[in-house]
Amino acid sequence: MSQSIDYQAPPRQSFSIGKIWTDKRTRGLVIQLLATLAICAVVLYLAGNVVENFQKLGKPFGFGFLQQEAGYDINQRLVEYNSQSTHLRAAVVGILNTLLVAVCGIILASILGFILGVLRLSPNWIVNRLAYCYIEFVRNVPVLVHILLVHGILVHSLPKTRQAIDVADSFFFTNRGFFVPKPIMEPLFWLVLAAFVIGVVYAFWYRRMARIKQAATGEQSPVFWVMLGSIVGVPIVAFLLTGMPLAWDIPALKGFNFKGGMALRPEFLSLWLALSLYTAAFIAENVRSGIEAVNKGQTEAALALGLPRKRTLNLVVIPQAMRVIIPPLNSQYLNITKNSSLAIAIGYMDIVATIGGISLNQTGREMECMLIVLGLYLTFSLVISSVMNWYNNRLALVER
Amino acid sequence: MKTLSKFALSAAAAGLIASAGASAGTLDDVKSKGFLQCGISTGFPGFAFTDDAGNWQGFDPAVCKAVAAAIFGDTEKVKYTTTTGKTRFTALSSGEVDVLARNTTWTFSRDTDLKLDFVGINYYDGQGFMVPAELGVSSAKDLDGASVCIQTGTTTELNLADYFRTNNISYEAVPIETNDEARTNYVAGRCDVYTTDASGLASTRSALEDPSAHVVLPEIISKEPLGPLVRHGDSEWADIIRWTLNAMITAEELGVTSENVDKMATGTDNPEINRLLGSEGDLGAMIGLDKAWAWRAIKMVGNYGEVFEQFIGKETPIGIERGVNDLWTNGGILYSPPFR
Repeated sequence: MSQSIDYQAPPRQSFSIGKIWTDKRTRGLVIQLLATLAICAVVLYLAGNVVENFQKLGKPFGFGFLQQEAGYDINQRLVEYNSQSTHLRAAVVGILNTLLVAVCGIILASILGFILGVLRLSPNWIVNRLAYCYIEFVRNVPVLVHILLVHGILVHSLPKTRQAIDVADSFFFTNRGFFVPKPIMEPLFWLVLAAFVIGVVYAFWYRRMARIKQAATGEQSPVFWVMLGSIVGVPIVAFLLTGMPLAWDIPALKGFNFKGGMALRPEFLSLWLALSLYTAAFIAENVRSGIEAVNKGQTEAALALGLPRKRTLNLVVIPQAMRVIIPPLNSQYLNITKNSSLAIAIGYMDIVATIGGISLNQTGREMECMLIVLGLYLTFSLVISSVMNWYNNRLALVER
Repeated sequence: MKTLSKFALSAAAAGLIASAGASAGTLDDVKSKGFLQCGISTGFPGFAFTDDAGNWQGFDPAVCKAVAAAIFGDTEKVKYTTTTGKTRFTALSSGEVDVLARNTTWTFSRDTDLKLDFVGINYYDGQGFMVPAELGVSSAKDLDGASVCIQTGTTTELNLADYFRTNNISYEAVPIETNDEARTNYVAGRCDVYTTDASGLASTRSALEDPSAHVVLPEIISKEPLGPLVRHGDSEWADIIRWTLNAMITAEELGVTSENVDKMATGTDNPEINRLLGSEGDLGAMIGLDKAWAWRAIKMVGNYGEVFEQFIGKETPIGIERGVNDLWTNGGILYSPPFR
């Protein structure tokens, strides 16, 4: 009884201003409050400064300029665009170009990174040293240098248009890009697409059923082969049955340049390759650390239980390694997306070059354009992060 | 919450006071810091280049030197900031530079919407095309399907789009950040054509390995009046740049050169020369400078013709004819308002 009185009494007796600082809990609160106030004040000061400077210069603030005619041309466009389109449209072209290089970069960097990471752990001395040298060389050189290097190699060492390297009269490699045939869908092609969708749905349904069956009876089904057959095989059969409803637009040299087909310009290629090669080196290290993080005892235990080596890898090692690999992988994907803004150095028309570059310059709306670019990168990054976090949560250890 | 908004208000108020203090006249600012901050291009043979000692020289820096001579009596009191086609206007409107002398085209929207003031024209230019002679192209109309290297953030980019659209010619625009990169890409064959102002083409061509292997096509597709510019809203400062440029042009018209200016400054029969050089009246006081401002600019930098011949004229590797950039008395269109 007396103990509880002792415990409650002191705060009431000695409450004073000084106590706010000496008491650990209130001190923490005060510091947090002050820090928040300081940050708000800085942000407000900067915002006020901007508003005031804009007024002083007599510059209006607004996004009306997005509806004006852009007036400039963009060489790589995934949607219809010409010099009479609006700045908004130009921004969309830029966004798609950024997304294109980011997505292609993420895919290639992941593939290369996983291969390199595994090679890095190879028991073969030459193989793992080579992978080691590659990783150390690549990740210690700034990515901008890689971009300029690859661009320089593509533009200076590949032949000019007229001396194009010709592969089977349909693939042409020049210093103005790689020109490849472009598929053109004929009316019946939708049947092939439909077959593909059906194949995918069936494959996943089959996998689910196989799992239920295995859980109930312990019997295993040939899941891999059935999935491969229905996802790849079914569309191929449909494609052949409908009489191959796909035409090819083959590039041909006309005048100054190749016309027709698809063009992979050196700007896109160099940005894509440089970002992928650079980021792959980081991913490789993530993969290596992930695999090494799985305790050797896990493999030994699985083998002792009689699991074959392949199943040990698939069911024991990789799932555990992925838990270590995914979180840093997320930040590498973000890096690819953000580093793609270096496109400006070689004239790849991404967001920074279109809305944050030419549009900004032609209209003089620095603040508005930069806010748009900032908002877009933030959105991309948050989307990638949330997808990766969702995946990470799915893989994470379920704690009981 | 109350504390927060009070804090914010006082912070904002502090910001107001701080930046209001910085907005005194540009001339006073320049005088108190002791040098002129001049925005120039990243390099264009003849127009802006570094000499062997690493100092900026050329047709554009000459404007800044003349202004520095008028204000300080010392052409060395200029600090140069290199700007690309994209960064130049931001550099000027943010106050990073006091004046931009960087082959910039005077256009309606730049003068009004961008809140800048063009103070004159020191070079009448027009956009042209350069192609390798081996392509056998003789007119811009033959360029259907060509890849065109172009500096981004310039009026040339818009002219190009307009010209090719109205003539129904397809092309691939290859955007490039600086003139040097454009040259590298052009030489490597990344593009068939390089387009920029004719003066820039002459300048770029002169720096190629074999200038005779490249031809400038006859079409000039735009008007590109190039001149120095300042921020909107400080007319006194604009006057100083405008009239320094006019003084150089007038000096050529009146036959005043850097050689004979000392003699002429002692007084001549021509009252306009006397007013210009300060031996009669006090025009300098009207723009916040002393009597001898124009004398110093002409003495230290030269008149317009001298500067032209020194950096880009026929005797230089650039080899540009005076053409329209000659005085109105010689069949050109250079015409300075009178000094009176």
